[in-house]
Amino acid sequence: MDSTILTTIAILTLVGIVVAVVLYFVAQKFKVEEDERIDKVEACLPGANCGGCGSAGCRDFACKLVAAPEIGSLFCPVGGNDVMQKVAQVLGQEVVAQKKMVAVVRCNGTCENRPKTNDYDGYASCKVKAALYSGDTGCRWGCLGCGDCVAACKFGAISMDAATGLPVVDESKCTGCGACASACPRTIIELRTLGPKDRKVVVLCSSKDKGAVARKACKAACIGCAKCQKVCPFGAITVENNLAYIDFNLCKLCTKCVAECPTGAIHKFNFPEKPAAPAAAPAAPVEKAAPAAVKAEVKAKEETA
Amino acid sequence: MSKTIVSPAPHVHSEFSTVRLMRDVLIALAPAVLVSLYFYGWNALLLLVCCVATCMAVQYLIEKFMLKCSVTVMDCSCIVTGVLLALNLPPAAPWWVAVIGSIVAIGIAKMSFGGLGQNVFNPALVGRVFLLISFPVAMTTWTAPQSWFHSVDAFSGATPLALINEGLHSGSTVQEILAANPDLTPAQMLFARAGGSAGEASVIALLIGFVYLLCRRVIKPHIPVTIWITVAVMTGIFSLCNPAEYTGPLFNLFTGGLMLGSIFMATDYVTSPMTNKGMIIFGVGIGVLTVLIRFFGSYPEGVSFAILIMNLTVPLLNKYCKPVRYGYGRRK
Amino acid sequence: MITFKIGGVHPHDNKIARTEAIDPLAPPTKVAISMAQHLGAPATPVVAKGDKVLVGQVIGEPAGFISGFVHSSVSGTVAAVEPRADLAGNMVPHVVIDVEGDDWLPSIDRSSTIVKDITLPREELLAKIKAAGIVGMGGATFPTHVKLNPPEGKKAEFLIINGAECEPYVTSDDRLMREKPDGVVVGAAIMAKVLGGCKCFICIEENKPEAMEAIQKACVTFPDIKVLKLKKKYPQGGEKQLIDAVTGRQVPSGALPIDTGCVVQNVATAYAVYEAIQKNKPLFERVMTVTGQCVAGPRNLLVRLGTPLSYVLEAAGGVPENAAKFISGGPMMGKAIANMEATTQKGSSCLLLLTEEQTRRKPEGNCIRCGKCTEACPMGLEPWLLNKLARAGGRMDELEENKIFDCIECGCCLYTCPANIPLLDVIRVNKAEVMKIIRSRAKK
Repeated sequence: MDSTILTTIAILTLVGIVVAVVLYFVAQKFKVEEDERIDKVEACLPGANCGGCGSAGCRDFACKLVAAPEIGSLFCPVGGNDVMQKVAQVLGQEVVAQKKMVAVVRCNGTCENRPKTNDYDGYASCKVKAALYSGDTGCRWGCLGCGDCVAACKFGAISMDAATGLPVVDESKCTGCGACASACPRTIIELRTLGPKDRKVVVLCSSKDKGAVARKACKAACIGCAKCQKVCPFGAITVENNLAYIDFNLCKLCTKCVAECPTGAIHKFNFPEKPAAPAAAPAAPVEKAAPAAVKAEVKAKEETA
Repeated sequence: MSKTIVSPAPHVHSEFSTVRLMRDVLIALAPAVLVSLYFYGWNALLLLVCCVATCMAVQYLIEKFMLKCSVTVMDCSCIVTGVLLALNLPPAAPWWVAVIGSIVAIGIAKMSFGGLGQNVFNPALVGRVFLLISFPVAMTTWTAPQSWFHSVDAFSGATPLALINEGLHSGSTVQEILAANPDLTPAQMLFARAGGSAGEASVIALLIGFVYLLCRRVIKPHIPVTIWITVAVMTGIFSLCNPAEYTGPLFNLFTGGLMLGSIFMATDYVTSPMTNKGMIIFGVGIGVLTVLIRFFGSYPEGVSFAILIMNLTVPLLNKYCKPVRYGYGRRK
Repeated sequence: MITFKIGGVHPHDNKIARTEAIDPLAPPTKVAISMAQHLGAPATPVVAKGDKVLVGQVIGEPAGFISGFVHSSVSGTVAAVEPRADLAGNMVPHVVIDVEGDDWLPSIDRSSTIVKDITLPREELLAKIKAAGIVGMGGATFPTHVKLNPPEGKKAEFLIINGAECEPYVTSDDRLMREKPDGVVVGAAIMAKVLGGCKCFICIEENKPEAMEAIQKACVTFPDIKVLKLKKKYPQGGEKQLIDAVTGRQVPSGALPIDTGCVVQNVATAYAVYEAIQKNKPLFERVMTVTGQCVAGPRNLLVRLGTPLSYVLEAAGGVPENAAKFISGGPMMGKAIANMEATTQKGSSCLLLLTEEQTRRKPEGNCIRCGKCTEACPMGLEPWLLNKLARAGGRMDELEENKIFDCIECGCCLYTCPANIPLLDVIRVNKAEVMKIIRSRAKK
């Protein structure tokens, strides 16, 4: 064999050994002791690093979970109950199932309802637009339509509807992490639970302007007339600063408010399509749509009232 | 009246636009292109057309069918790449070399990094170096400059740098080689008589382009000037120490792609540093590497490699060479 | 000729209204005077619906240390005290007054004689400036009395009167200097006295030779006031840039001009100080340029504060057919107006109308890393980098490392960017966020 080859092999081997020894000692010297459960917990988590739990990422959350004496107050909104159950198993703890949260955009200022009053020509970001002025419509509370929430969503659950100019939440994809809600400079996105069969009743407006002003800017605005508050049998609706709000924890989805609202600002979702009912009797099909149990409860409340 | 426009300040914009900058570069290249057409005739024109057309086509196809994004062929940046590549080819190169080079330049060096503004290396230089390594014969068959639109004869000359290189290898001194080739005076090269790439025919034409770019504020003089100074100083020292083996500053400044490279390739926005400090380091680096490659490397020409190597340092230069900030230096 | 050293751009100055003399504009039938015409807390209205007011009467009192008095600009009856939309559409308390006649407070000296002797002592001068509701009239509207009263231990060496007017189109300061040079110079002398007798420079850009000459003539009797010629370059009138140009000093990052011994005041402020001290006239009117290539009659108007912008525009020939953008201030730093029913304020130096071609932004392209923004930035920042970091998802620590908080929002980067990248839009909001983080850290 050529001596060049031999020398090469010898040198390479020597270098390899020296490096291996150095690496071994360095690894020993800088070794970080870590709870092995952290890796196990992290493996259970979705790995989206969305920050919905309030931690810097899944690894950080796993550290918190392992360190916490009681994990009941910590929750991964993305993985939901299944993941928390797994984590609890790893840590030998118990968790109570929590309801799934979804984002809801509380504005119905579509291009038709809320005509544009000027033409925004800056960087297409709600944050920039909100810092600049009251917006390109008459309403200074509603959606700015630049899609900061869409950009913030890591799960592709929000998209802009080109026809309305408003974001639409795909509830099947929404994990309730809240990234959109904190990205919205107008704070019109709310996280809430859904009723049975994913039903919900929402005031689709965030305007705190007086009735006339709000109405002038947007046909679908809540004018703070408080009719819904009066009609609600469960006291779920409060009107503050000319704006009605339905507490989703109290709402029993009776949909009475939907029929009562004079501007149509209250909407119901995922209720069965009503048959083409005559406009004269809109209340009847609504009544039918409500589950029997709720109906009974409504009746009971009405009697006591 | 339509709706009023509302936007954050400022409400007016300067006359600068990407298209305008690229168009200015093309205008600045015009003298060199015309000179190359004059001396090398139809084949130079064929190469130019092949390069530009291929660059535009490749960019269009990639944007339209692979990236499916908006097509930006009209921003002229791919035309600049095409023209620069054409000027970097030997005038007698076959047309398919130009096509392959253009595909590599746009397809690999530019678009695979994400298109305009994202590439690490100067696309035209990547194309050229790719060809130089892949088709060494086609890329080093030189033609001596002819007069207006003669058909290119089989006559092949060599570039001044290659002449020197070969001569030195066969044991002659620089003086002997220069004496044997009376064409190799700086004055000759200044006014176009040097064999070499299509764009290297005339130093004067390139300098006219340089002045135009400066006047239009397209480039700053920092990079080319530091390259020239570095090359002049280094070659000056070398040739003073050993005039038999090393050529002098003027010879080195006016030969090879140094002028073309320093004015048009090293100043490429995307692959050069942003701050003055960074530009000077970048220029010095190119100068040093060029001289080292020319004097001690196996290639007679070093500018392409020098620029490509220094392209690699740009992110680092941008990170560490910050502009002079207001409010941190002079106090009270 | 002097100039600042770092960055800057050279927009066309378009001073089309520079030949028009200042014209007093008759008060409209109704004014709405904003209580937030100054930086800081909005003033508290001290009149109620139905009150009769005279021109120059106090209608708003300061609500905090950094705040200011607001005076009525007309005589008449208060019609309402209510929140109204300002020019950005945000709700701000306003006092709405129905105009009846034009009765001024009797204490105001309406004669045109020039009073040069400054008789009052320093404290009284300061109190009077405060009572006159004077704020920085270049646009920043920082209360002047606060600026003229440096904190303990800090001494002003130089008073710099800013007559650069580097914003294109705007000519109000130019006309003021040409027509009222004595007032400006006496105002400067008063402020120098308030600051304890410091050296005073009046700085004027080279494109205003007439103003320069007039001020020089008026300065003859004031040996402590010097006139300096500035190179025409934007943002020459920026506070920090001006200090650099005049003294060669730089305001350290995060510090105030007074830390370098400098106080910068606008020429319009100087004139307002003159009127307040020598003429007992509080700040209720100002010179305002109405301009733009599309405007039928570009003018320099002396307008009462609280005049609706639509009324001001009528005086310059009405709303042109092709006007697309209405700007309060100059084209580089002015605010686009979303609400034309908004009214003039102490900081309204200009009402600029631009056409769609002049102002519509071009579509954003890729950054070609040309470095033009870095070259243009007068603070020596790297706008391209800040934009990249911010858009890569709020890299706040790196933004801070790259001094985003030093941005003065002059607009040079966006102005010069060949790819039309909305650099300043992005930097502005992220700067605000970084500042918030820095402040919250300082509190801890």
